[in-house]
Amino acid sequence: MAATSPLPVSSTAAPNASTPNRAPALDMRGISKTFPGVKALDNVQLQAWTGEIHSLMGENGAGKSTLMKILSGAYTADPGGEIRIDGQLTPIAGPKAARAAGIAIIYQELSLAPNLTVAENIYLGNEPKQFGVLADRAAMRRETAKVLERLGAEFGPDTLVNTLSIAEQQQVEIARALHQNSHILIMDEPTTALSTRETDRLFGLIKRLRDEGIAIIYISHRMAEIYELSDRVSVLRDGTYVGTLDRAELSAERLVQMMVGRPLSNLFDKRSHTTDRVVLEVRALTDGGRRVKPCSLTLHAGEVLGLAGLVGAGRSELARLIFGADRRASGEVRLEGKPLTLRNPLDGINNGIAYLTEDRKAQGLFLDMSVRENITISVLGRDALAGGLLNRAAMARLTAGSIQDLRVRVAGPFVTAGALSGGNQQKLLIARWIAINPKVLILDEPTKGVDIGAKAEIYRIISELAAKGVAILVISSELPEVIGISDRILVMREGVIVGEVGGSSGKAATQENIMALATGTTEMVQS
Amino acid sequence: MTEQAITPAKKPDKKFWANLIQTAGILPVLIVIAIIFSFIAPNFLTENNLLNIVRQASINIVLATGMTVVILTGGIDLSVGSVLAVSAVTAMVVSLMPELGWAAVPIALLIGLVLGAINGVLVAYAGLPPFIVTLGSMTTLRGLAYLLAGGTTVINSKIDFAWIGNAYLGPMPWIVVIAFLVLLATWFLLRHTVLGIYIYGVGGNPQAARLTGIKVGQVMLFVYAFSGLLAGLGGVMTTSRLYSANGVLGTGYELDAIAAVILGGTSFVGGIGTVIGTLFGALIIATLNNGLTLMNVSFFWQLVVKGLVIIIAVALDKYRHKGAGART
Repeated sequence: MAATSPLPVSSTAAPNASTPNRAPALDMRGISKTFPGVKALDNVQLQAWTGEIHSLMGENGAGKSTLMKILSGAYTADPGGEIRIDGQLTPIAGPKAARAAGIAIIYQELSLAPNLTVAENIYLGNEPKQFGVLADRAAMRRETAKVLERLGAEFGPDTLVNTLSIAEQQQVEIARALHQNSHILIMDEPTTALSTRETDRLFGLIKRLRDEGIAIIYISHRMAEIYELSDRVSVLRDGTYVGTLDRAELSAERLVQMMVGRPLSNLFDKRSHTTDRVVLEVRALTDGGRRVKPCSLTLHAGEVLGLAGLVGAGRSELARLIFGADRRASGEVRLEGKPLTLRNPLDGINNGIAYLTEDRKAQGLFLDMSVRENITISVLGRDALAGGLLNRAAMARLTAGSIQDLRVRVAGPFVTAGALSGGNQQKLLIARWIAINPKVLILDEPTKGVDIGAKAEIYRIISELAAKGVAILVISSELPEVIGISDRILVMREGVIVGEVGGSSGKAATQENIMALATGTTEMVQS
Repeated sequence: MTEQAITPAKKPDKKFWANLIQTAGILPVLIVIAIIFSFIAPNFLTENNLLNIVRQASINIVLATGMTVVILTGGIDLSVGSVLAVSAVTAMVVSLMPELGWAAVPIALLIGLVLGAINGVLVAYAGLPPFIVTLGSMTTLRGLAYLLAGGTTVINSKIDFAWIGNAYLGPMPWIVVIAFLVLLATWFLLRHTVLGIYIYGVGGNPQAARLTGIKVGQVMLFVYAFSGLLAGLGGVMTTSRLYSANGVLGTGYELDAIAAVILGGTSFVGGIGTVIGTLFGALIIATLNNGLTLMNVSFFWQLVVKGLVIIIAVALDKYRHKGAGART
């Protein structure tokens, strides 16, 4: 596999000298994990101190999740390694042992019972008993209220979980962890489903918990979050430990180099391929004003047009109207001057419009189907032999070509899509749309949940498609990304395109200018 | 940019076994059951009896094949037993009409197709839940079957399609040959046609299917029509064996069909499954019925055993699949 290039990294000693004699809250050493046929972790270490936010980074498949599953008792490590909690050797045989050791994990997918109240969820499985049988509901409520107050939650113990937002449900999970007296809290990409405001609140909470003496292990792909939160960052690559950086040592260049094992000289291809030829014209397109108020835009051949804005600004909804996934109430979509009838996605596809959805698992992939079927499904009908028979030769050719062109890392065309990493799954979906030879390609958060190496490759693919004359509309919530890849950027707020930056708009494409438009404030807003 | 464009990923040799296990599925259970019966059930392991098992399984194989395709889309068709009855009675009634006797089979098949298509329209275009739609049509059509038969049994000892249920092709009963042809054709449909992949796609992720440009409604309409057609065929097969038909025919057949599909490893959620698995499932059910009857086990105990075996087999299957897919 990849050669492990030794990088100059700091020691793994205590982050600051103020706690010289104490043992780390968590000390994992020599951890290996072998699955049949593959070594997922090889002699990995991780030390986290009480009162620090310790970020864990690495590409998908680097072993972060495996390591955390070992810590939370979902997997058992190979013999030979050791886990110490506060200096005490603590074997973790299962989820119960992990909980007893004070370890709590909050997964991306929340694990609450939706039809129970907050208090019931927090106590689920260990309700205080009255007379040996009945749950002591008063005590449950009282204790829950206390924990919720500590978190600054805006809901009470009797609230039904299914009425809470994702962010609030996360708070319930955190409350549960606190209630169990956990002092090591693992958070696995907690901001994936949160809005910017909710994220800010969560960060405030995480910092407060740190200051209260909880060791927090924070897993994220987002560089900005790592910067904002981390006291230290440890990096894994290909199942091995690469090193740990102190806050003062953090730099994007260095982290990327540690994660991918090579310097990332230039993430973005800055050449512009935009032309004067108008491909797509959207005129006063609206869904009737629910999410999208009348929007107009023009997209040229070879252009990469960014669509920025806050989550919920109506960007995806506008894209779905252009594609035909939702019915428009009024307005017009013209492709090369010709007005389109768009009743369903098939109309969009038949006219050469492709839409890569924001949620690849729920709306894009067929997880149980093979890589080959996932790539070719958009053109099966087009390529079919007489009588609707599969054209296996064409399928094989397209799949092999896509795997090579997009550098999909996969054992073969018959692997199921669900077994792939996020980045490779995204490449499958992009390949699916490239197969239809789109004139217009709409990419909705194309690098969401994708590791940095795959991100760079997706940027390269976008640039290559633009060079071939495809008109590309990119929706992205990551400002550096949308600024880096777009020729110009439209900003949406509350269903309206409120402005344009970059290109010939006269306004520079800066994070400040975009955020000012996106939030509707005139003063500069730092992202 | 990247040094490792196509990394040969993990476990190439394990894949072979994983594939084999997935294909073989429930087959080991069938073999174990057969071995047990060969020791304890008198005359189980005779050519005649084995042929009997397949013959007894044939109608369920036909129904369960259609059911597999429906369940692959994440749906269910509870109406197959009733469709079978309506088709069977129709075939009998038509066969008694002097000038229309030749049309009995085509009309019966057409009836099945149309009834299935009605289910399909209600599911695909009216957006009603398959369970409810087919539960309703199950009851409605059962009533219709009684009405068509006039509350009695329609008999015709001179049907010209009697060969279906009684003649042989070489050593094989035609009824078995037909069941296998249906299975083969459906296997081909699922494996080698665009529609086949669409069926898996619609079941695996309906939202993604729509956004990929698959006409989800048409696929749904097809699977219910197909299931109806096969239930119609099941009616023809049944009635050709009996030379008669009445409103009771096929009662509870939908449950045996569903059991065969589930035993065969098809996921109730949709998107995963094969008709080969369903074949093994149907054979397990037929083997159990046959072996227990040979042992003179009472019908009541047969039900108990059959139900338990289904639960245990599916539990085993689930347990076996648990090991797979360890990495994140």
